[in-house]
Amino acid sequence: MDRAETPLAQTSDSMVAFESVTKRFGGSNGQPAFTALDGVDLTVARGGITGIIGRSGAGKSTLIRLVNGLEKASSGRVVVDGIEVGTLAETGLRDLRRQVGMIFQHFNLLSSRTAFDNIALPLEIAGMDRKAIRDRVAPLVDLVGLGDKADRYPAELSGGQKQRIGIARALATEPKLLLSDEATSALDPETTQSILELLKDINRDLGLTVLLITHEMEVVKTIASQVAVIDKGKIVESGRTFDIFTAPQHETTQSLLSAAIGAKLPEWIRADLKPQPAPGDRALVRLVFFGETAFQPLTARLVAEIGPDLNILAGAIDEIAGEPFGSLVVSYAADPQTLERAARFYQQTGLTTEVLGYGA
Amino acid sequence: MAPDMLISLLWTALLQTVHMVAVAGVIGSLIGLPIGIFLATSGRGELFPAPTINKIVGAIVNATRSTPFIILVVAIIPFTRLVAGTSIGTSAAIVPLTIATIPFVARLAESAIREVDKGLIEAARAMGATPMQIVFKVLLAEAKPGLTLALTLTLVSLVGYSAMVGAVGGGGLGDLGIRYGYQRFMPEVMLAVVVVLIVLVQAVQSSGDALARRFDKKTRKN
Repeated sequence: MDRAETPLAQTSDSMVAFESVTKRFGGSNGQPAFTALDGVDLTVARGGITGIIGRSGAGKSTLIRLVNGLEKASSGRVVVDGIEVGTLAETGLRDLRRQVGMIFQHFNLLSSRTAFDNIALPLEIAGMDRKAIRDRVAPLVDLVGLGDKADRYPAELSGGQKQRIGIARALATEPKLLLSDEATSALDPETTQSILELLKDINRDLGLTVLLITHEMEVVKTIASQVAVIDKGKIVESGRTFDIFTAPQHETTQSLLSAAIGAKLPEWIRADLKPQPAPGDRALVRLVFFGETAFQPLTARLVAEIGPDLNILAGAIDEIAGEPFGSLVVSYAADPQTLERAARFYQQTGLTTEVLGYGA
Repeated sequence: MAPDMLISLLWTALLQTVHMVAVAGVIGSLIGLPIGIFLATSGRGELFPAPTINKIVGAIVNATRSTPFIILVVAIIPFTRLVAGTSIGTSAAIVPLTIATIPFVARLAESAIREVDKGLIEAARAMGATPMQIVFKVLLAEAKPGLTLALTLTLVSLVGYSAMVGAVGGGGLGDLGIRYGYQRFMPEVMLAVVVVLIVLVQAVQSSGDALARRFDKKTRKN
């Protein structure tokens, strides 16, 4: 009774909900099972772009394949728009899949079909008649900006153009959810940006929910408003992208992030860091600027406060999920007086800081 | 031998060969292709999972393929008589030729279909395609160049096999070569037969290649 009622109540604001989902592979013939996902709880907000990030082998491909039933959960529930995927029979699953588009890292276009006919494929599969297909496909070709390439074969298109066809194909059945499986991982940085822009436009203009998996922080940073970090089959951290990126808690997040937000210290500095200052040492501190503090000349004021002996070691100014964000690693003398002044300054200004360590 | 007689002999033999190869090729392919599709899609975790039947069919196919053709011809004479009403002549020869074609086509078709990128099957499943739709809209469409080459190879091999059915009075070019060229020692007949066979095989192969090239949209053409 309550099992039947819960999904509606819980999914009214979420498009996808994972409830303690576990997925094991193998395990027959006396071999130990491999646990790809281990008790995953996660919701994907309706109408937003949610990113799932993790290293290869973390379980993100399995996670996204549970959504359209390409894989089945060993235990737990996957609920898509109020429907529990695990309970669907083949026909129900096919109906669901027609409402969920998917794009792939290697595009997966049919080489024997033109761009136009590739986009038409899901409609043919759904049994739509020829004329209706033509009317549906033509605007899609324009939407993804390939109006003049409709009768080209995939072999005649670039990677970015192929992914645009893949996106148009995924949109053909007018789905409510788009799954992106490393869609930009085979593309160069410039093409990646243009594909991400396209996804952003589609999300905004069509109100389509997007769930993407990636190992690239850049991708999440550019388009995802929500992010979940997956490691060894578990969600280790999730929330607003800006919050996670500016204050990562889990070490996996921190290591995935360090390169993406310009906070990576050179090895020769990191190797010599000590947790406590010795006489004559310098303090290494990361200053994080966002919101209010991103627009103020705080570094100059810090110099005014503690004197000109301030070294900048690493830093970057960037935008995360549309919000400005800066990170600066500085060093100054670790004598009690300077440390005191700096601490007071941080307190006054509300600057987020992190002492990385002490060194010569 | 008088040239007009030679030409008439060659013409009859050529017609017999073409007849045997065409009928055995068409029937053999019609039966072999579905078996090939089954072999390529019925393994564990595939579209129509039936691993046990897959193994059995695979074993039968292997057994048929490892039987030398000339032994197959003789071994299935009772079956041939049942199907063709006789065990001698061109029509009778078509039976063993067809039987030999089926596993040949099945294996070649299987490997052509297995060449299709697994990602395409996944994409089609994600679109909500039924297994049958995946076979017809994805696998067969994508494997078309490979299947064309497979059928070409089948026809070429059939021309070779058809030379052996002279043993059961099947006639054809091979039989002409053996009886006139070898047994009656008429080298000009042998030479003529070889030339006609080369031209025939060449024609089949070239048309097959051309057709496969036309179907192949993977390689960029300028």
